[in-house]
Amino acid sequence: MISRRDFLQATVAASAIYGASGVGNWSKLAAQQALTQDQLLDFDTFGNVTLVHVTDIHGQLKPVWFREPEINIGVGAARGQPPHLTGQDFLNYFDMKPGTPHAYALTYLDFVALARSYGKMGGLDRVATVLNAIRADRPDALLLDGGDTWHGSYTTLRTSGQDMVNVMNALKPDAMTSHWEFTLGTERVNEIVAGLDFPFLGANIFDATWDEPAYEPYKMFERGGAKIAVIGQAFPYLPIANPDWMFPELSFGIRDERMAELVQEVRDAGADLVVVLSHNGFDVDRKMAGQIKGIDVILTGHTHDALPEPVMVGDTMLIASGSNGKFVTRLDLDVRDGQLMGFRHKLIPVFSDVIEPDRDVAALIDAQRAPFKAELEEVLGTTDTLLYRRGNFNGTWDDLICNALIDEREADIALSPGFRWGPSLLPGAPITREDLFNATAMTYPAAYRSEMTGETLKLILEDVADNLFNPDPYYQQGGDMVRVGGMGYRIDVRAERGKRISDMTLLKTGEAIAPARSYVVSGWASVNEGTEGPAIWDVVESYIKRQGTVSVDPNKSVKVTGA
Amino acid sequence: MELTRRGAIALGAGVAATLVLPIRAMASADAAIAEFTGGAEMGEGGLEFITPEIAENGNTVPIEVRAPGATAIAVFATGNPTPKVATFNFGPLAGAQRASTRIRLAGTQDVVAVAKMADGSFVRASNNVKVTIGGCGG
Repeated sequence: MISRRDFLQATVAASAIYGASGVGNWSKLAAQQALTQDQLLDFDTFGNVTLVHVTDIHGQLKPVWFREPEINIGVGAARGQPPHLTGQDFLNYFDMKPGTPHAYALTYLDFVALARSYGKMGGLDRVATVLNAIRADRPDALLLDGGDTWHGSYTTLRTSGQDMVNVMNALKPDAMTSHWEFTLGTERVNEIVAGLDFPFLGANIFDATWDEPAYEPYKMFERGGAKIAVIGQAFPYLPIANPDWMFPELSFGIRDERMAELVQEVRDAGADLVVVLSHNGFDVDRKMAGQIKGIDVILTGHTHDALPEPVMVGDTMLIASGSNGKFVTRLDLDVRDGQLMGFRHKLIPVFSDVIEPDRDVAALIDAQRAPFKAELEEVLGTTDTLLYRRGNFNGTWDDLICNALIDEREADIALSPGFRWGPSLLPGAPITREDLFNATAMTYPAAYRSEMTGETLKLILEDVADNLFNPDPYYQQGGDMVRVGGMGYRIDVRAERGKRISDMTLLKTGEAIAPARSYVVSGWASVNEGTEGPAIWDVVESYIKRQGTVSVDPNKSVKVTGA
Repeated sequence: MELTRRGAIALGAGVAATLVLPIRAMASADAAIAEFTGGAEMGEGGLEFITPEIAENGNTVPIEVRAPGATAIAVFATGNPTPKVATFNFGPLAGAQRASTRIRLAGTQDVVAVAKMADGSFVRASNNVKVTIGGCGG
């Protein structure tokens, strides 16, 4: 008899072969300019249960360009492991060829050239088509949304998430969890949740005063004769990474002991399959999978990683489905007698020029955008440079934002938070207001201007660096490094807490930053209540309009060692 | 990611304090623990100590201790100027040997719980709790 572990390993191998052959086909198809929808959606239905995972859509109703990171350093046990592989290393690991559609979707290599060949990705009308195809095979497939859905665009901001709620409702999710949703404020979240046809899960969301569960922790489903428990895990560090005054009633945290209790509770209640719909971030989930026994599948989110194969931790399968609507994961499972016997997995890349939009959802999306059409389409300027954000240390979008802050706010130094959301723009493209908001839309946008000492600046850099490079993922928050304009520095990612940052230099003079001296610093997205200043999009809009055409020089001011 | 100037100064001062404190605080934490155990060896296991990995608010950090069969559990914040935080005593009629409270932490530090078991032996558990500025997640 084949043991469960052997079976899982066998199916992982099979999935690798399946994935590889798919890639091979695509590269050939790409050469023939014949990527087809049937090819993208092709899937040999398997077992008795299907999970469909989308996550971190960040308000992107329409197709986008999204360049994957060039630098994504893993520390501790995650060093050199997926998802901390980029570019050619990623292609080598997953046996893919450069220049293929998959290489374009999953890496930064030749991004601009390939983007022009293969087009934008995502769009919830295309995601709807993918879902229709999956539901045609398996009508009761579970659609699970990992959160960061009601945030990240002009229309989402202006409607307080209503545009995304309306469109997602049309896709009929079976459950979701959350992170940025709470930056709409607790009251608005609860108002939306009250009207949802599906549960808003968060096992780790507690009432801050009484330390009691504040939202539904899990939901049991019956599919294909199996009982499936879906446990929701919201982003653990909301009150630290985002303004806690927007949801003062709530406390979060990883809460391992709570997760362990719930896994036991759902098993006792007869769950044949335990799924965690998580917004922990990949490395946190990888650790959690090792700490807590009895989880079959973790649908990861938050860190925006896309992986073409599951990562196994013991008997637990970790799935990473990317961000911004670029990918949909389909996971077919054979669940029998309280056990997961095998699986088939496909990370479906949503090539927007290949996958036909679903007409009803396309119309619904247009209806959400119609009231804002003129503002969305207004052209503010043009970019000469590829604008992108994702990467551990800097991206050209934030370099542009920092340039705008220094120039418009007359600052020595600019700080821009290490967000992972924000699509890309190709060189030569007009910058519309929609594009600007895709990189900045949020509910605490004030661009402050204040004085900070060199010592404080170092403290901030060290603090954020530890949130990114602490070797224990439970001490990480899952963002990227704060982006800095006007100042260079050196970082040793493997040094201990408080000792990673050195050689801080004021770029305009070339002088070392003096700990006791004060510098004029401008930044945005402060978590402090009552922060004053114009909205960041107004600052950047004014800068772009003055420049007409913006170009961003390559940023060479951060020196990284220890990677 | 921002600090108001005043906040920044206060924080800077706080950090300076933790930079200066550890050696002295550590020593006084060891002394406080020794006072509780009478200098006895401490084992491991049988004591569950639940703390957040990163504090949402360093001024009020929820902690919980559970040690079935313990007669007392003491908690020490090794990086605080006064490390001795709390001692929970459990009488013979106590239904469960568990307690929770909230504590204040001066900065990132190890927080230690020590349980005195019914047979007079001691067990120890230590967790690192990070106190951070926050604000850059995403």
